Amino acid sequence: MSDELDDLKAAMKAATPTPDEKNRVDNLALGQKNFDALQGSRQGARPNDVRRPSGWLISGGRRMFHSLTSRGGLAATTALVAIGIVIVSPQGRSLFTPPTTISNRGESPKMQETPTTAPEPATKPADDALAGAHVPADPYAGATAGQAEGEAVMALERSRAPAKRSADYAQAPSVIAPSPEATSPERLDTEAFSNEDSAPVKRVADEPVSTFSIDVDTASYAVVRSSLMAGQLPPRDAVRVEEMLNYFPYDYPAPDAGAATPFKPTVTVMQTPWNADTQLVHIALQGKMPALDERPPLNLVFLIDTSGSMHNANKLPLLKQSFRLMLGQLRPEDKVAIVTYAGSAGQVLAPTAASERSTILAALDRLEAGGSTAGQDGLQQAYAVAENMSDDGDVSRVILATDGDFNVGLSDPKALEDFIAAKRDSGIYLSVLGFGRGNLDDATMQALAQKGNGTAAYIDTLSEAQKVLVDQLSGALFPIADDVKIQVEFNPAAVAEYRLIGYETRALRREDFNNDKVDAGEIGAGHAVTAIYEVTPVGSPAVLNDPLRYKADEPAGAADDELGFLRLRYKLPGESRSRLIEQPIPNEMVEPGTEQRFGAAIAGFGQLLRGSHYLGNWAWDDAIALANGALGEDPYGYRREAVSLMRLAQSLSQP
Amino acid sequence: MRMETTDEALALAAAGGDRDAFAALLARCYDRIFALAFRLTGSRAEAEDLTQDICAALPAKLRAFRGESCFTTWVYRVTVNAAHDRRRRAASHARAADGWGDWELNRRAAEAEAQEQINWLQRAMRALPPDLRDTLALVLDDELTHAEAGQVLGISEGTVSWRLSEARKKLRALAAEEQGT
Repeated sequence: MSDELDDLKAAMKAATPTPDEKNRVDNLALGQKNFDALQGSRQGARPNDVRRPSGWLISGGRRMFHSLTSRGGLAATTALVAIGIVIVSPQGRSLFTPPTTISNRGESPKMQETPTTAPEPATKPADDALAGAHVPADPYAGATAGQAEGEAVMALERSRAPAKRSADYAQAPSVIAPSPEATSPERLDTEAFSNEDSAPVKRVADEPVSTFSIDVDTASYAVVRSSLMAGQLPPRDAVRVEEMLNYFPYDYPAPDAGAATPFKPTVTVMQTPWNADTQLVHIALQGKMPALDERPPLNLVFLIDTSGSMHNANKLPLLKQSFRLMLGQLRPEDKVAIVTYAGSAGQVLAPTAASERSTILAALDRLEAGGSTAGQDGLQQAYAVAENMSDDGDVSRVILATDGDFNVGLSDPKALEDFIAAKRDSGIYLSVLGFGRGNLDDATMQALAQKGNGTAAYIDTLSEAQKVLVDQLSGALFPIADDVKIQVEFNPAAVAEYRLIGYETRALRREDFNNDKVDAGEIGAGHAVTAIYEVTPVGSPAVLNDPLRYKADEPAGAADDELGFLRLRYKLPGESRSRLIEQPIPNEMVEPGTEQRFGAAIAGFGQLLRGSHYLGNWAWDDAIALANGALGEDPYGYRREAVSLMRLAQSLSQP
Repeated sequence: MRMETTDEALALAAAGGDRDAFAALLARCYDRIFALAFRLTGSRAEAEDLTQDICAALPAKLRAFRGESCFTTWVYRVTVNAAHDRRRRAASHARAADGWGDWELNRRAAEAEAQEQINWLQRAMRALPPDLRDTLALVLDDELTHAEAGQVLGISEGTVSWRLSEARKKLRALAAEEQGT
């Protein structure tokens, strides 16, 4: 076998059918019909390379001035604009942006410039015959002969036909017809999401130890929400269950004020809602909340993407509002600097004390979107500024705000990640805030934030900005433990199989647990981290894997009062040696509390969105009921919002 | 005479409202669009539908064509995006059809066509994650360079090459597995 791709290529070539001839004719006619409806165009002379396109634009413009005044033309133009909007809105991306953004891609204005059909002298039949001879492939070449009579009426009829078509589209949540994001080649939808396949069920006899890094990112939940609110199920890869779990604040027991450890683990073994024969092991870590008055001064460098793609109302303008909210949380001794990147990187605001509010706000207001993105230069400059700002004991952090477009000016993503990792070791952290959809490069955002010991959050609304930048600001900005790793060893006497729900992108090798060089996630002040295993007890009918025939299971050790053993490693900020916490997991199911039940509901929600096959007949109704029964106090309404998202997803997933 | 007019010139003229230019352009690129649609979806019926969608939407899309990129690259990008939209729509509706992932339906279609070759092809494509599949769909017929495929997908040339080597690895693993059983 020389090259696998050559084989594939040959097979593909053999398999590719020739297009159906009748469909071909129909489709070409359909395209032509839509073209006519859009243009109201008529036969033109054949263009060639000699004649410059600019000549066409001028004559088109002239024709427009002659024709726009006719009543029929105006009516047709209005109808066309209306179609534009009908076609655009089911796409739904734009539902949350003010109507002005629908047209800001130049779609509607251009429609008005369209040389609309208006009474002109009828084309001579001889011309038509000639044109038809030029284009033998087009069976409809002569179809416009004699069109001039009743031109306005026909234009309306023609525009009605595609309107009906777009009504067909409207029943589907998504269309291929122009969306504001997708009309120009530079604006095509280039979202990229980072995810792995769901972790499979593992046999304890084969692989008793499960190791992973914690994750406090929340971006996935916000992306899921923005998709659902726009009337679409999110792409499966956009759903990371652990980020959905960790989006919510939980009321877990916090470490005692005098405790040496910065966080407290709580383990609960409970009945699995979706499988009567398995159990959930719910592991919760609650970070302590240092007294806010004692927090060290903050140095923040906002690195703001002001490339042209940030122009949308849900990008740069939302970003400005968000940072305005955040400023209110800073204290006078904190310092703020702003660096922008777009084409060329530049410092917009020199390090300024947070007390000079008006100076900072003025600098924010001056930001405008334009140019292309040069992420790397901007990052380097932002880090340089942050280094100059650092005094001893300060916490320095670069906050990158972007729509994720790092395409231009970045030659090597790996080099960028290495750069960020090196800076992380020098004590400057990086957080990433994502804005807008369309070319959100979730994968890059994830990678950068993970390397930079920071969090990646996706901000789709002002209330999300409130959550990330105001309510949970201290968690986002003050790490209390770095490189937190979790390792669970299951007891083969008690557990036959297990699977970790979510955390696919955070899996670590077993030996990495004790290797302090291996990077992992960090816990911020007051953060809660949740991880859930689904375990199948020995002898349960839910065991999926048969025992091996040729390798007898090793006799299980003693202590079947233990389900497993939990090990946690973490570093205090600034330290390079990790510390260890160990505790056994009792083999005893308890009645789960509100927090645990809500966590299970969200884990179920995420798995339903990912189309997981571990859930059996457990469906949306069950998830909604479970979540509804576990709303708890919910002071910010996050959990109620999750329930309404589940309802939306339920309706959307109905065939 | 007609062959001397480049796709780009036709596209610009069509974007400017020339009806004949559009007809000629669509007739010229129809087969390419269909072939790519098939490579993306792995099903003849899906490819026909997708091509129809593109024909319907192309007039409007063409207005955004500025001649900054090669027309083939541009129209391929439109096709790839339309395929993604279709997949998403299908996922919301039936939670099933994921192009090559819709294995059962394809298998039944394949039985009708009764070709061992197609079965293997479908197994191979099915074994690949969607982004590798899309990348393969673009480069397999040798029409696009890696750099151009990268432009279509909005990724770098390096990423295209990396994805191909990744696909090669996966195919090798698949072949080993098949020989093993």
